[in-house]
Amino acid sequence: MITANGFPATRRPVLCHKVLRRKVLQGAGLIALFGLGDLPFGAALAAASDKYPEDAFKQKRDADAIKTLYGTSAETSDKVKLDAPEIAENGAVVPVSVSTTLDNVTSIAFFVSENPNALAAHYKIPAGTLPNVANRLKMAKTCNVIAIVESGGKLYSATKEVKVTVGGCGG
Amino acid sequence: MKIRRRDFLKMTSGAALSSGWPRLARAADAPTVYDLERFGNARILHLTDTHAQLLPVYFREPSVNIGIGEMQGRPPHLVGRAFLDHFGIRPDSADAYAFTSIDFEKSAGRFGKLGGFAHLKTLIDRLRNDVGQERSLLLDSGDMWQGTGLANSTQGADMVEAANLLGVEAMTGHWEFTYGEKTLRANLERFKGEFLAQNVYLTEEAAFNDAKALDPASGRVFKPYSIKEIGGHRVAVIGQAFPYVPIAHPKRFTPDWKFGIRDGELQKLTDGLRNTDKVDAVLLLSHNGMDVDLKLAGRVTGIDVILGGHTHDAVPQPVPVTNAGGTTLVTNAGSNGKFLGVLDLELAKGKVKDVRYRLLPVFSELLKPDAAMAALIDKVRGAQAAAWSGKIATSDHLLYRRGNFSGPVDQLICDALRSELNAEIALSPGFRWGSTVLAGQTLTMEDVLAETAISYPETYVQGMTGSQIKDVLEDVCDNLFNADPYYQQGGDMVRVGGLSYTCTPAENIGRRISELKLAHGRPLEAGKRYKVAGWASVNEQTGAAVWDVVARHLQSGRPPNRQTSGVTLKGVDDNPGIAGQG
Repeated sequence: MITANGFPATRRPVLCHKVLRRKVLQGAGLIALFGLGDLPFGAALAAASDKYPEDAFKQKRDADAIKTLYGTSAETSDKVKLDAPEIAENGAVVPVSVSTTLDNVTSIAFFVSENPNALAAHYKIPAGTLPNVANRLKMAKTCNVIAIVESGGKLYSATKEVKVTVGGCGG
Repeated sequence: MKIRRRDFLKMTSGAALSSGWPRLARAADAPTVYDLERFGNARILHLTDTHAQLLPVYFREPSVNIGIGEMQGRPPHLVGRAFLDHFGIRPDSADAYAFTSIDFEKSAGRFGKLGGFAHLKTLIDRLRNDVGQERSLLLDSGDMWQGTGLANSTQGADMVEAANLLGVEAMTGHWEFTYGEKTLRANLERFKGEFLAQNVYLTEEAAFNDAKALDPASGRVFKPYSIKEIGGHRVAVIGQAFPYVPIAHPKRFTPDWKFGIRDGELQKLTDGLRNTDKVDAVLLLSHNGMDVDLKLAGRVTGIDVILGGHTHDAVPQPVPVTNAGGTTLVTNAGSNGKFLGVLDLELAKGKVKDVRYRLLPVFSELLKPDAAMAALIDKVRGAQAAAWSGKIATSDHLLYRRGNFSGPVDQLICDALRSELNAEIALSPGFRWGSTVLAGQTLTMEDVLAETAISYPETYVQGMTGSQIKDVLEDVCDNLFNADPYYQQGGDMVRVGGLSYTCTPAENIGRRISELKLAHGRPLEAGKRYKVAGWASVNEQTGAAVWDVVARHLQSGRPPNRQTSGVTLKGVDDNPGIAGQG
């Protein structure tokens, strides 16, 4: 896995790890993927050899980060299911997850449009792996969270606005 | 007070109807206010947001309740004459008094107070007896256990007893959570009904640490639904707690729980109840707020009726919402014990064949208080109520809270904060509970507590820059007017003292608030620091409880502040959600 751009992706990585392992093992038993934090062998070796996309993580704006990471832009797709809260209970750890019915998924990435650096996490998805990932993102303020799924060499996206509020009530 | 009984008897079809789903039921001219024509084979009685008002109250409905975008001009965003016209309620009638703010003071003298648990008990028992044994249900959408000094000092314990005696069979919650998990669980131990909430889950951390849950696999903390047998039919009731408890209130009260709307999970439950449990009807007992419920009804299929609360909207007729699976009726049953929702269903195998809904105003003077409930109320009020009964002041004008931007109660609180805590600016939360006080009425500590009794009442004084103040106003305003109801939290605009501003509700966040000025007309400067007092902060504070600050202010004998709210509205000239100041 490649992650972290100054904002920690997870406060308790072990928990995320645990959830992911269960999902992965349910879906694709033939790949022994012990959580995305560890680099397994086999198909995932390809990912290990990829270079850390330092330039993409350095970009400020989401469009620039997407361009730098992939060299192209994404089209919106209802086959990308992005789950995120409408209003964050804690802007420091906003739970987001993405799943997709697209085939041949090779990577998934999260962008937070108004964070100092928009790219939050980029996952390489080895062949045969169920393309579901979950993460905890730190968000500076109310803005869009964008999930991009790379499938068959093309990019598909889903966007959801997540509100980070000062709080207070209420009925 | 002399009651003109004939005024009540003129109540017309405005309160008695159902709307176009599955087909129009016939509206009845009730021979007397509470003699309902028999209809269907199951009666669901619905309460919401009574806010612990054990005794009858005056409560003025809003004269400003603006709907923006798709919500403009639609229930619940109608007030005054527009409300009467939409629902066919005769002006000058008892219903007009109960449902709107028109001629409130004049009508209060004619029709008296509404609600009160002893009166509600009488009405509920009567409506249940009318349909016979095992033919009815009493449901509560939450906010029954908070709202008075008594409820706050007993942390809801008094209200558990009242709910049990009333016969509440299922409820969901909002302010119930603000006593913290331990107290909530203790209250629920003694509550004889069921507490339902499909949208409350353990946080990952709490789940990892094996915190208590209904079902560790899903992480759900509470039972999500209950299936009730009524007249040989099976009715599923799903609970939907207030989705934004840890955002609207201090997170420290519910550190282990996460909330949210979770309409995807709700869809799964509904599908299961329809396809596996084969229930005949699905009801959602919701504390989402009406705008959220209206959106949800368009997205989730399989729910027959949403029995809603939170936004305190007294809506006489259900709003039918079409979705991919059919039609869902959305209701909201007002607040403070003023209303009782009566949903009569004609159930058949696997479906609701017909429906009639009424939102009955609970005119206290037309109902003989139930003796057992009256005795319980006396008992729980006991010495505490006596200690709070001393006169603090006499109100010289109508004091009410409800309204999108301000009300005299909150202006009084802001005055108290500014003057007692020596601050330039005051901020006070836009709650929708709190009773109304008529001009000339004596104000007691019990009255002050009925506007302020929460589990985090501490006041604060802090320095804030002009731009921080603007950000807070923008943030809260977006909770009220975001075009997408799922991003709204309910509640009204934060109240301000020592500050005036212009609001353009239809704008986006960051652009709604302008022309901020201090009390003496000087503009608020973005970079300058101001001394700001407030209460009900989601961050822990240590100042005196707000009710003591307000009481001190009232006792000081300072002349009341006669300034108007100081909010100028832009771009809403023809909005039927505005009927005047407020």
